[in-house]
Amino acid sequence: MKISCQTTALSQLRVFLKKALGEMNMSDIDQHQITLAVEEVCANLIIHSHKCNALDYIQLKIKQNPGKLIFEITDEGKAFNMLDYEVPDLDKVKGEKRKGGLGIILVKKIMDEIEFESSKGTNTCRLIKWFQS
Amino acid sequence: MLKIETQQENGHDILLLQGEVDASNSVILDEAITKMVTDGCRSILVDGSGLEYISSAGLGVFMSYLEDFQEKEIDLKIYSLSDRVFEVFRILGLDQLIRIYPDKKTALSS
Repeated sequence: MKISCQTTALSQLRVFLKKALGEMNMSDIDQHQITLAVEEVCANLIIHSHKCNALDYIQLKIKQNPGKLIFEITDEGKAFNMLDYEVPDLDKVKGEKRKGGLGIILVKKIMDEIEFESSKGTNTCRLIKWFQS
Repeated sequence: MLKIETQQENGHDILLLQGEVDASNSVILDEAITKMVTDGCRSILVDGSGLEYISSAGLGVFMSYLEDFQEKEIDLKIYSLSDRVFEVFRILGLDQLIRIYPDKKTALSS
């Protein structure tokens, strides 16, 4: 799926994921959480790497391997490696009254593996969820 | 799409959330809460029965008020969340910071 870098595209992303994940054998709660994790990564890219420039795009591919589901998100914006990002303590987020920082905590808690690579201006983030098959 | 309605009931301000909260519309939730605080409310009850989805943008709005609510002694309670939405609060540990109840009756009597 090609996603335009504007926050209004996030609802289309959810519709796409609902259809794709609905065809797989997983619980409602798993579907919901995976949707959330993928959306959080895309929302971060849209807002921080692409500054909501609707002319920019990010690409999402879903790959099903034995025992795992891989969500590959590529873009050509400013590279952001969430693996380098130190997850803030929840009390700190509360104390600083800030609204950001929670998305990456969710992604790290929901997904089983996260990979990131950047090469020749293209960034690839892979979110991997393991399944018993 | 997100629809927000506010109601007043026996000294409580009820915020009814319907639909999905994400980065495109969390500002509406933020504005609704700011207005309640500005209007001097003491008790905010969030009816989450119609809330189908909330991303970190929406959760962050609640987080950003917690400190102020503590200082100003404003009571915040959320009730009637679906299992899948509650699970998102739980994953983040927000169920330890915000009082969440299964239904309105329990929220009012606690």
